[in-house]
Amino acid sequence: MAYDKFEVLTSTAYPLPIENVDTDQIIPARFLKATERKGFGDNFFRDWRYDSEGNPIADFPLNDKKYEGSKILVGGKNFGSGSSREHAAWSVYDFGLRCVISSFFADIFRNNCLNIGVLPVQVSADFAQKLFDAIEVDPKTEIKVDLPNQTVTLVSTGESETFDINGYKKDNMLNGFDDIDYLQNMKEEVKAFAETRPF
Amino acid sequence: MSKTLFDKVWDSHVVRNIEDGPDVFFIDRHFIHEVTSPVAFVGLRSRGIGVMYPERTFATADHNTPTWNQHLPVADPLSANQLEALAKNAEQYGISHWGLGHRNNGIVHIVGPENGITLPGSTIVCGDSHTSTHGAFGAIAFGIGTSEVEMVLSTQCIMQPKPKKMRINVNGKLGFGVTPKDVALYIISQQTTSGATGYFVEYAGDVFEDMSMEGRMTVCNLSIEMGARGGMIAPDEKTFEYIKGRKHTPKGADWDKAMTYWETLYTDEDAEFDLEFNYDAADIEPMITYGTNPGMGMGVTQSIPLAEDVQGGVATYKKSLGYMKFDEGDDMIGKTVDYVFLGSCTNGRIEDFRAFCSIVEGRQKADNITAWLVPGSHKVVDQIKEEGLDKILDASGFVLREPGCSACLAMNDDKVPAGKLAVSTSNRNFEGRQGPGSRTLLASPLVAAATAVTGVVTDPRTLMEQVSA
Repeated sequence: MAYDKFEVLTSTAYPLPIENVDTDQIIPARFLKATERKGFGDNFFRDWRYDSEGNPIADFPLNDKKYEGSKILVGGKNFGSGSSREHAAWSVYDFGLRCVISSFFADIFRNNCLNIGVLPVQVSADFAQKLFDAIEVDPKTEIKVDLPNQTVTLVSTGESETFDINGYKKDNMLNGFDDIDYLQNMKEEVKAFAETRPF
Repeated sequence: MSKTLFDKVWDSHVVRNIEDGPDVFFIDRHFIHEVTSPVAFVGLRSRGIGVMYPERTFATADHNTPTWNQHLPVADPLSANQLEALAKNAEQYGISHWGLGHRNNGIVHIVGPENGITLPGSTIVCGDSHTSTHGAFGAIAFGIGTSEVEMVLSTQCIMQPKPKKMRINVNGKLGFGVTPKDVALYIISQQTTSGATGYFVEYAGDVFEDMSMEGRMTVCNLSIEMGARGGMIAPDEKTFEYIKGRKHTPKGADWDKAMTYWETLYTDEDAEFDLEFNYDAADIEPMITYGTNPGMGMGVTQSIPLAEDVQGGVATYKKSLGYMKFDEGDDMIGKTVDYVFLGSCTNGRIEDFRAFCSIVEGRQKADNITAWLVPGSHKVVDQIKEEGLDKILDASGFVLREPGCSACLAMNDDKVPAGKLAVSTSNRNFEGRQGPGSRTLLASPLVAAATAVTGVVTDPRTLMEQVSA
């Protein structure tokens, strides 16, 4: 599934300073019944965005008008724990986000994001707190995520931190490539390897 | 060079090492189910590529299948559509498919081992995080996303950075009423829900050596709940005994050849881990969770910790207890429960039904309890009947349902209603996991059984003493 290239993103951000946000919150299991990749943004954080009658909860950050249109989500520690459902990453993308910032990510969620064009940016706990504080003071706070230089910057103060991403994945994100493009070109090598397997 | 069990299996599956990037990692066995595979097939079609080794992929329907009246058409059109998509995709690409009604149908992580698809020293993936279950056999097994499902279908490989290595040793002898589920919930409570993130775990020590294969599967299954990609246990005589003669297990000369490899699968004496933990079996009691992640667990006789005593954010902790409608300092024993769920890839095996029956035999289901007893596969159902456990359940007022994932993630009709409290032998107590607004207490089959007959959270040892007295 191709996605748009990611280079430099400057945007306001939705704050979600809750720890251990699991994939069942990001997209509840009952919304995993599609056979195509369509409409997952509508059910992004479904049970935190809507009450049991289906009315939007106005003060939940993702519904809050003052953050509307942001392309970045700043989440609490251990974001995306739980299930391997890629639907969670799809719902992030389909909601209109291209980047999630957190002080710690769950493994599978991070992998899934990288595979579909959402950039997971891991920062220090202190820097994450700075972002939350800045957004609380000014909801229009802009954050600049610069993938070529691997930096994330609080635009208002110029405070900045670097983040890790391996060279291969970085190259993929910069060009909008995915792993299948790469793997398709090494089928002969795989075939030779498969013949050596005992079962 | 000295290697860990994990190194041995991982390194022998690396097709190519990318500099400053992941390993191209070969997958021996691939399981697919109806929920996380359809979009992968859409991807194959849109790229105009096929399935490279259909014989290495096995399809099973389990996540949204009904557990009642499976012979009737599936009522929910969306679920029916996914089940049909799985059947069609499997047929088109020549993949083995155990759909609803097939004798081998059941929860993917239960039917895999039952049919000898899960082998020591193999690499196994599935679009499901509890794929870690198969590590019980000394396999490297973990959950993947749908993009990776498409990679495995098209090239039998995924691209993975090698995780760090952790060993968890539990030595000593488990106490009365303490099960493999309690061992796992105890470890997770010590590690927290993210303590093992970035690691692949090897479980070692007396407790795992003494454990049955079913118990080892329960422990490895829950590895993901502390953030680990997976967990594994070195294969031994018990492992080989379990797999011998099963449908897909190598036979004859192939068995001997495989055995030569399997006998090398242990951690060398001086091999190094990035992190190692030691726990004492004597410290583990029957466990229960009280919050909204599996790391929020404690001994069933203890009281809920005060916010000031827990690690992590106080606001998050209070939000969690608020959702559960519990207060700091509450005792769990005696809390009135509405639902009991026995089943899932964590505790849906024969041993779990035996444990449940050992408590309910001669007792009656409490009137306030709705109980869902869901075996993990038809083979488990057959075994339940062979051993006469169905008669015990029937006499005690319990009804056996048909195999599937069921109330573990509530994608079918088995949903715990909003506000209701469930004691569940499954693997996640996340908000709304068992249905919107549902509240889940994770526990062992023994705790579930004790609760099912008393109607309140109960320490199973109190009932077991009565039996043995």
